[in-house]
Amino acid sequence: MHELSVTQGMLDIALEKARGAQASRVARINLVIGELSSIVDDCVQFYFDFLSRDSIASGATLSFTRIPMQVRCRNCGLSFFPDKSLWSCPQCDKWDVEIIAGNEFYIDSIEVE
Amino acid sequence: MKIKVLQNILDANDQIANRNQRLLDKNKVLAINIMSSPGAGKTSLILQTINRLKDRVRIAVIEGDIASTIDADRISEEGVSVVQINTGGACHLDANMVSNALDSLPLGDIDLLLIENVGNLVCPAEFKTGAHKKMMLLSLPEGDDKPYKYPLMFTESEVIVINKIDFLPFLEFDFSAFNRAVTGLNPKAKLFQVSCKTGEGIGEWVSWLESELRGR
Repeated sequence: MHELSVTQGMLDIALEKARGAQASRVARINLVIGELSSIVDDCVQFYFDFLSRDSIASGATLSFTRIPMQVRCRNCGLSFFPDKSLWSCPQCDKWDVEIIAGNEFYIDSIEVE
Repeated sequence: MKIKVLQNILDANDQIANRNQRLLDKNKVLAINIMSSPGAGKTSLILQTINRLKDRVRIAVIEGDIASTIDADRISEEGVSVVQINTGGACHLDANMVSNALDSLPLGDIDLLLIENVGNLVCPAEFKTGAHKKMMLLSLPEGDDKPYKYPLMFTESEVIVINKIDFLPFLEFDFSAFNRAVTGLNPKAKLFQVSCKTGEGIGEWVSWLESELRGR
């Protein structure tokens, strides 16, 4: 729902890094997005094509790596992927978890020429 | 050539949020970011809070809505400073919107700033505003399964207020299942049960706010 502004932010970061490397073209942007982030890939791609059209990132491929939600039991330390309706630990049966993955939203790397 | 970046895309927002918080600290203002679904009772809770505290605490409100000034008008009738932000379609308040609103408030004359976010259980949890505390409001008719559907909101919120508890006789809301889900995910969360309609539980909520204000 807020892909336009975050796509602009993502493009700004990519262009800044590309300029820093004196690149003439950004070929690829590798993004890491957690399952809990409210970001829709197609929507980012749509805005990206529009926002980047007069820049050196025009035509760049966006690659999305999705990270599933993962939690860790605070009691026994086991990490697991919770079922949507069940967060009890499969090892010790305690119901006390912290989210350790799934809310990522960052640029891992860019590929430039 | 591959360039490692590893930069959070919301960095720019986080930096403005940090700047907002420094400005609030300089003026000794406690700011609370109030998040919930549409219709859970954010404005009603703010009105109840103003009603109980306005003789002792200088309160101001930032109202975030996609459109309209209905909420800001209701709050302004209580005689407190209020700034309306219309996000024009955006689903959450971001730090820059709050920064602009702070410019319109007499921060030196405010003790408590209540920031009413756009009604939405998804995006507001991701965007820092500069508020010191994130609080969420869940109304009983929304159901006891919400922590599973919106885990980020329930993890990010330091305070969780359950509103409309006067509806309990008419609903099948399982408090033990709800509490187990919330405390399992966020054991430090402070939980309150209130009814903005009957006033039940508002006293405990307001006492907590006052203790937080004293602690600053």
